[in-house]
Amino acid sequence: MEKTYYNPADLKKFGKISDWNEELAAKFFDYYGKVFEEGNLTAREKSLIALAVAHTIQCPYCIDAYTGDGLKRGITKEEMMEALHVAAAIRGGASLVHGVQMMNKYDKLSM
Amino acid sequence: MLKSLQATKNPFSKTEKQLEILSNGFFKDGSLPTFATKLKEISQFPLQPNKIEILQINVGYMCNQVCAHCHVDAGPDRKEIMTIETMNQILNVLQRTSVDTLDLTGGAPEMNPNFRWFVEEASKLGVKDFIVRSNLTIILANKKFHDLPEFFAKHKIHVVSSLPFYKREKTDKQRGDGVFDKSIKALQMLNNVGYGVEGSQLKLDLVYNPSGAFLPSDQIALEKDFKKALKEDFNIGFNNLFAITNLPISRFLDYLIASNNYEDYMYALVEAFNPKAVQNVMCTNTISVSWDGFLYDCDFNQMLGLKVNSKEKHISEFNESALKNRDIVISQHCYGCTAGAGSSCQGTVV
Repeated sequence: MEKTYYNPADLKKFGKISDWNEELAAKFFDYYGKVFEEGNLTAREKSLIALAVAHTIQCPYCIDAYTGDGLKRGITKEEMMEALHVAAAIRGGASLVHGVQMMNKYDKLSM
Repeated sequence: MLKSLQATKNPFSKTEKQLEILSNGFFKDGSLPTFATKLKEISQFPLQPNKIEILQINVGYMCNQVCAHCHVDAGPDRKEIMTIETMNQILNVLQRTSVDTLDLTGGAPEMNPNFRWFVEEASKLGVKDFIVRSNLTIILANKKFHDLPEFFAKHKIHVVSSLPFYKREKTDKQRGDGVFDKSIKALQMLNNVGYGVEGSQLKLDLVYNPSGAFLPSDQIALEKDFKKALKEDFNIGFNNLFAITNLPISRFLDYLIASNNYEDYMYALVEAFNPKAVQNVMCTNTISVSWDGFLYDCDFNQMLGLKVNSKEKHISEFNESALKNRDIVISQHCYGCTAGAGSSCQGTVV
């Protein structure tokens, strides 16, 4: 069998992290559940944010989970792709904006 | 897909094959509990009815559509059609029992040649809630069906219609090319005679089935999205949205296996088991009648060939008292009706 780091079947075993520390796992999952409740942002908006962030940190479990969640909520593939481009734009932008520092340094050191 | 599983001699057209899949694998080796085991854990086994309020009549498996998720395996090639004799037996039961809701389904119930006669006769009996599950496109399929909106309105029929999504791509992918546009036109025709219009008594509900291997999300949120989109884009109004889980039967089971989604889907259903949904599942207040008059706990059991657990199994010998005390026949497809907020022909149950 091909060896890989990630096994999609592991996503549904996420809760098992409580086996090795029940208290902290409980606190985390309680917090997690609260974060995604309807609030000033809708649960739908939060789901899209989660999807975008999942791509930024490149977590395959999160990508699977929030693609599925988005489908359940009726989020279209076009909306999902736009969210991904938001993530890419911010990531790319974060690199490029540091270019200002590069330009400043260049100017400082140059006659 | 233009033909039923039966027409293409697909193994999943056989109920034995479907039941074999649903009973083996991770259910047999104990990785997942059977539905019976789950009910025993919450002291709800055997599952029994509360009362018999609804007669859901499948008047035939013939349909003008061949939807990808159809648990009936309906299509234009299906020839099973209810006769007038069986319809008369149903009318007889309606007159002498406590049933107050009649729910006509199919296939496309309108394609039964005696459909209008049956509606007219049943209407005379004063059914409290008279439902027809119309696939919408039938209204445009042939000019003999064009006046169905007026016919429904005349008999104050409660129209319940499927619309997988308020966008073309998802709808057509599940229900066939061109279905979305025809559905929109049909919905506008229904609105024009008063269905789903504020202040009107004519009820028009829509059914949402997920267009893939995932469970439906919050029904209220989905209804809000559907209402906004259909109003803004097409000036269409409707009353309620029912979110119904796809059960792993027939064409949907075939799709799950072929797309390698069966295991994940069954795990998702079992994980989403909601004990609160159990007492309100539709088999607790419904009897399903097949095109040939046999009795089942629900339309899904009908498609799996699982007749009621009662001495009297045919509408001609309908025994309300015996049926009220029967044990409901279950298998692992039942997880579909108890997942999350539960699922029934009237949407969520919790």
